[in-house]
Amino acid sequence: MSDADDNVDSGEDRSEGDVAIAPGEPLVELTDLETTYSVRGSFLDRLRDRDSGQVLAVNGVSLELRKGEVLGLVGESGSGKTTLGRTLLGLVPATSGSIKVGGEEITGRSEGQMRELRRRLQIVFQDPHASLNPALTIGALVSDPLRFHGIERDRERLRERATAALERVGLSPAEEFLDKYPADLSGGQKQRAVIARAIILEPEVLVADEPVSMLDMSVRAKILELMLELKEELGLTYLYITHDLATAKFFCDRIAIMYLGRIVEIGPAEEIYREPRHPYTQALLRAIPEPDPRRAVPRDLPRGEVPDAVSPPIGCSFHPRCPRAFEPCGWEPRDLRTALESRWTELSEEEFDAERAVLGDLGALDSSEREVVIPAGSGHEGGDVMAIFDSIREAAPDDPLWRGVESMEAAGDGVRVRFRASLEPRPLDIGGAVVRCHLHDPEAADGGSVNGE
Amino acid sequence: MRGLKNMKLPRWLAPIRDTVGVSRWMFWAGVVIVAVFVVMAIFAPLLAPYSFDQVSSGGVDFPKQHAPDSTNLWGTTVGRYDVLSRVVWGSRTAVEVVLLAVAFSLVVGVPLGLMSGYIGGKLDRILVLIMDALFAFPYLLLAIVIAFLLSDKLEGFFLSDLFGAGVVTAAIAITAVYVPQYFRVVRNHVISVREEPYVEAARALGAPRRTIIGRYVLQNVIQNVPALATLNAADAILTLAALGFLGYGIQPTEAAEWGYDLQRAIDDAGAGIWWTGLFPGLAIVMLVVGFTLLGEGLNDVINPLVRSRPTEAPDIPAAGGEVGGWAPEAPVGIDRGRDP
Amino acid sequence: MSAAEENAAILEVADMRVWYGTRGDPVRAVDGVSFSIGAGETLGLVGESGCGKSTLGRGTLGLLPPMASVSGSVRYDGRELVGMDPKELRDMRGPELGLIFQEPMTRLDPLQTIEKHFRETLRTHEPDLDDDEVRRRSLEALAGMGIPPTRFKQYPHEFSGGMRQRIMIALALVLNPKVLIADEPTTALDVIVEAQILGILADLRRNFDTAVLLITHNLGIVAEACDRVAVMYAGEIVEQGDAREVFAEPAHPYTRELLRATISLETTGLNYIDGAPPSLIDPPPACRFHPRCPNAMAVCAELAPEETTGGGGQRVRCWLNGPEERIPEGGREPLEREEIAAAEEA
Repeated sequence: MSDADDNVDSGEDRSEGDVAIAPGEPLVELTDLETTYSVRGSFLDRLRDRDSGQVLAVNGVSLELRKGEVLGLVGESGSGKTTLGRTLLGLVPATSGSIKVGGEEITGRSEGQMRELRRRLQIVFQDPHASLNPALTIGALVSDPLRFHGIERDRERLRERATAALERVGLSPAEEFLDKYPADLSGGQKQRAVIARAIILEPEVLVADEPVSMLDMSVRAKILELMLELKEELGLTYLYITHDLATAKFFCDRIAIMYLGRIVEIGPAEEIYREPRHPYTQALLRAIPEPDPRRAVPRDLPRGEVPDAVSPPIGCSFHPRCPRAFEPCGWEPRDLRTALESRWTELSEEEFDAERAVLGDLGALDSSEREVVIPAGSGHEGGDVMAIFDSIREAAPDDPLWRGVESMEAAGDGVRVRFRASLEPRPLDIGGAVVRCHLHDPEAADGGSVNGE
Repeated sequence: MRGLKNMKLPRWLAPIRDTVGVSRWMFWAGVVIVAVFVVMAIFAPLLAPYSFDQVSSGGVDFPKQHAPDSTNLWGTTVGRYDVLSRVVWGSRTAVEVVLLAVAFSLVVGVPLGLMSGYIGGKLDRILVLIMDALFAFPYLLLAIVIAFLLSDKLEGFFLSDLFGAGVVTAAIAITAVYVPQYFRVVRNHVISVREEPYVEAARALGAPRRTIIGRYVLQNVIQNVPALATLNAADAILTLAALGFLGYGIQPTEAAEWGYDLQRAIDDAGAGIWWTGLFPGLAIVMLVVGFTLLGEGLNDVINPLVRSRPTEAPDIPAAGGEVGGWAPEAPVGIDRGRDP
Repeated sequence: MSAAEENAAILEVADMRVWYGTRGDPVRAVDGVSFSIGAGETLGLVGESGCGKSTLGRGTLGLLPPMASVSGSVRYDGRELVGMDPKELRDMRGPELGLIFQEPMTRLDPLQTIEKHFRETLRTHEPDLDDDEVRRRSLEALAGMGIPPTRFKQYPHEFSGGMRQRIMIALALVLNPKVLIADEPTTALDVIVEAQILGILADLRRNFDTAVLLITHNLGIVAEACDRVAVMYAGEIVEQGDAREVFAEPAHPYTRELLRATISLETTGLNYIDGAPPSLIDPPPACRFHPRCPNAMAVCAELAPEETTGGGGQRVRCWLNGPEERIPEGGREPLEREEIAAAEEA
């Protein structure tokens, strides 16, 4: 290619409309962002053309990423953290809400317009092996972004730039790696190459989606250290997506905890680790294994797992697992099913069979109604069903569930249960952090003032 | 074969050096057989004693259905053609048709499969429908219909000047049969590659769609194509012969074609005239076998995991204790009684 | 190891080697490993990936591909497993020796209900069980894992990842194996679920007297769930002993560095080990860790370290821990090496 190209594209130029943003000022702003995707139902559902359901993977997230900071987005699988990152880069379309980068709205942009933006926003994926095209050499892979954006076409120059990028991420001498294929590299080396590729465009924001979780313990620290160095050298801003609050502690200035599509707690890292306020944050912190044999496996952890996002719990979506849940958290019939099932794991087979026969169809327990009637099985009546619930209650009178049950009485051949009205947790400013939990809401905490949904 | 160890091969062919056992044998047998026919095709004018439509030599007409002798080494046909010359020239026809058909199929099938698989949506539905319809059609009937529709229509076509209208017609007829196969293989592979993180990574890096398709998808999809093309070539030989046999192929005056010769030899068989049918028939079998071996060998080379290449368990020196060893088994989960 | 432990050992592995055949020299995935596990004891096997941990786990059960050779001795309850008739060994897997894998999803048949999984497992090893007994035992095993009987007839895809791992554990436990080998059982799971599963494994050794070999790359998990720990590097166990003692006073630099590299809430700085585990085809001579060892001495590159007893009573193979009289003169000098570049890391 001609030298003229070199003069035109020095690689240093940024897209126009780029206003200088001072460190600490918001660089990326998300407002009420929602991302849904439809899930495929079973084969039969599809044949019947039944609506298989929408998952609200990101459910009204508002967030700002400040220039020069590392924001940790922490959550378990199914929390929507990865979808949030992908929405930010326009890899999946936002359903509603706004994403502003440097003040510019980017939702609703075409793929072509997004391309330009991707010089400024880059991503490092979890699996370094899978995110490198196995058919290309490391040199080609690392320099490809320059080619994509027409910044550099000359083979020699591309190679030079790739060499510089590889040296910068510690893959030196770069000549040893340029002509290798991804399969020839170790996990840590591959992740370094991925990072080299991400920084070659000199982006402003780097979304790092679990960049070390697939790596060995012995190299995790090294990659994190490299990322911190690059941040200083290149003035990067990071969105660090992870499930691991331990690595986030080292890495992040601020932490956002995500659960089922919502941010339940966000604040300065120091504050979050010093005094986690949301019971979910507390649980995540307690669950991290500590290399200290004097500590036993934590036992007071939330029961169960992240529920199916197709039909999330009402109210606070963490309430079914929350050890500190109380009246307004959003109790519903499904929670009663959980209580029944956990009781059944403690009964012998005969006892279970007997008890199961007392209860009729449990379909009512799948609804989200405030009031349901749980029918008795044939030959049994409401009183018998009531007796079962009474004994569950007796066994664990402190179970938060009972605080959510407003009334429960035998009604003919069944038991009528009425739950307390649910209250959507609202964001509360406490000690520099923002928490969505009724425990910290004086209005909700007295348990009475229920204004419903 | 030993020289190959030091040969600089393209990356995707490099595994050829590592092939062992049956696949190595198949691959090289295929290479040799196909090479023999290609040499025959290229040097037909030098190798064949006469031209394919020659019925006399030195002013003397060849006798009809004459048994092999010194003038006509493999005898003559009912049309007084020299069998040996027909077989040699026939390999040229076969190779030409196969090359053209494979080229056409690739040019049409691969891009369609790529687009259909990557873009998806309506385009994909429509293309899949068309291709499935073509696929469901009896292949010979399809080839005959195409050959019939195209007959005499390709006179001005640039390739026709090079290869002859008959060869091009036959190649296109065969192409119609094989395009759906390339389409399917490429499309299905694209659909799985499309979901690979590295394709999304390319998107995230700002790669234009055509670059993603060409550089990130195609490169990982194309490796299955050589094996498929070779296997299809074997099939194409049979289709070409079938067309000729049924009289819809290349006319005997235009080029030598084994299928046509076989058809003409049917009546001879009953009369004890074996040479008119045996040699073209053998040629078909040999070339088909050659392509099949080559294709299967390539398949093993490119997807070595399909058939595992066994390595021996090593001996552990007794220094560390007595050498024991149990008959090993493939890892299974909780053993549920099913043998792995 | 104390005499009491020795007596109670249900699984004893002595000088075991597992080598894989390649076109060239063999891969010495496990190269002379000895350890034992007592009933009701959990041994954590820890090390970087590519150190032979999984091979050791599978090799113990005889679950190796055809190109693997095994030597040494694996004694289970007094019976020698190396060289045992494959059929006999297969019958022992399940009722005697259980195995839990990393990916629970791929180990369950998607077309069969949980009930069928249990029935098949039980019937294979105890053909005379009647349906009621099968149901009773399955439900009991499931209930122990917190899975209610109402879900007995569901298919694997109806369960979450953590539930599937619970089902896998229940499937392994329904046969009451005396030894359970768990190969990275929580790697694919979320932190909270991981802690739940670790809790279950910790209960096992108390409630069922099951011996557990827990293979993991996370020292935090070993600390929480294991009584003893064995640290594996490049096919060899470099240090093993009581988990409390090893963690409090690691005698081998590799153990110490691994501990330092583990990122937890308590760690105060980012630490890592330079370089990568070596190729197991041609491992470094003498002490295999010497090229990466921050404390390497001249002797480390010359002589293979001998097994000694460390400060906490653990067994360790490192010249730093002696025996002093076997170190040749000048052997204590620091080893001169080239610097390890990031280019050589894992």
